[in-house]
Amino acid sequence: MSNPQQLRYSKEHEWLSAVEDGVATIGITAFAANSLGDVVFAQLPEVGDTVTAGETCGELESTKSVSDLYSPVTGEVTAANQDVVDDPSLVNSAPFEGGWLFKVRVADEPEDLLSADEYTEFSGN
Amino acid sequence: MSTAPSPAPRHTALDALHRSLGATMTDFAGWDMPLRYASERDEHNAVRTRAGLFDLSHMGEITVTGPRAADLLDYALVGNIGTIGPGRARYTMICREDGGILDDLIVYRLGASEYLVVANAGNAQTVLDALTGRAAGFDATVRDDRDAYALIAVQGPESPGILKSVTDADLDGLKYYAGLPGTVAGVPALIARTGYTGEDGFELFVAPEHAERLWQALTEAGAPAGLIPCGLSCRDTLRLEAGMPLYGHELTTALTPFDAGLGRVVKFEKEGDFVGREALLAAAGRAESAPPRKLVGLVAEGRRVPRAGFQVVAAGEVVGEVTSGAPSPTLGRPIAMAYVDAAHAAPGTQGVGVDIRGTHEPYEVVALPFYKRQK
Repeated sequence: MSNPQQLRYSKEHEWLSAVEDGVATIGITAFAANSLGDVVFAQLPEVGDTVTAGETCGELESTKSVSDLYSPVTGEVTAANQDVVDDPSLVNSAPFEGGWLFKVRVADEPEDLLSADEYTEFSGN
Repeated sequence: MSTAPSPAPRHTALDALHRSLGATMTDFAGWDMPLRYASERDEHNAVRTRAGLFDLSHMGEITVTGPRAADLLDYALVGNIGTIGPGRARYTMICREDGGILDDLIVYRLGASEYLVVANAGNAQTVLDALTGRAAGFDATVRDDRDAYALIAVQGPESPGILKSVTDADLDGLKYYAGLPGTVAGVPALIARTGYTGEDGFELFVAPEHAERLWQALTEAGAPAGLIPCGLSCRDTLRLEAGMPLYGHELTTALTPFDAGLGRVVKFEKEGDFVGREALLAAAGRAESAPPRKLVGLVAEGRRVPRAGFQVVAAGEVVGEVTSGAPSPTLGRPIAMAYVDAAHAAPGTQGVGVDIRGTHEPYEVVALPFYKRQK
């Protein structure tokens, strides 16, 4: 699965959509989902939480391990994907679409987010 | 991540094949092994409902031969090896003098005075050294056959039909925990009806140069029945659901077979002395009168997954430790095996939880196994 050109990426393997009306959608990349294996539990930040770029804001549990979820930007959470909470396998089957994790009203974003091509080179996938 | 240098991993005879199948590989006991090919949950479910194909060539084979081969094994292991009939197999253990478990093993009797001992990959050298040392004074030979075999397993309810289509061997006459030499897909093999999944299935010991041919033949023969290649990740969840112990988790040198609830493998009634006998007698008495922690099953009420090393808690006190844990595809909930203080070990005990990163998640105490196949 190639990394969509219209998204930006963090080195913690999250993707970030273009900001619309101040809000960006966040998920993990196909590479990250594949590395985790079958995701069985997602603990997502809650609406109203403040998340900080580069800091943990939840966790994703797979068959073999648990991984921290990092926010690629700073801001207030405006939505969490209940579909993923109900069916975490969406993260594996549609990481860039139905498997999105949460939305943030962006207050600040780091300068080192990667383009699709840069992330592809960074992750080797 | 550890940055300590480690020796280059070993590769099985099927390594190139795994890579061509797109397997995610993992280091396991010094071997580069398939962790999964695609979804480990799909692989797990294939073994429960259809069939799965495994490369288990990392397992350690040791051959013991000679007029007193059985006597040596009776002395070196805790089981009654002398009573294994030709063509039969037995689950047993090798212990230290102090009763601590060095490894759990399957011993196959291949001939009148020939036995194949199969050890866990991580313990194969330890078992080989122990058997060699314990062989002193016995007219028997201990041979390292780790490089002589590749091991391919086909497991699941469809496995008898699949295997029948590529062999003339009498599989109907082959009972659980039995093995016979035969030809599979034109390749000479030891065909054993054993496994580590809780399902019916077979383990095929073949020369490494024949492994790829056998794998391909089973892949083709099994495709119509839904057989898929399976990695070590689902092997772990399959054995966990079946309540089977894994060395390094439920079994360690700090535990005797009695501590692990597997005292039945120790046969005091056999003739002659055996390594660990005295310590194991004491351990048997202890388990009877004042049992230490007991191995139990835990089923989550929530969805967070317990992992090895997590603490079992009750009323704020630590009462045990998780040895293995995973999301169970069959139960649809996280499960674990754990050593728990006897007072909290009875199935149905209220108020038991697991400390998952600081949160006490409620768990139900259940008897093992979690899953038993319908025969």
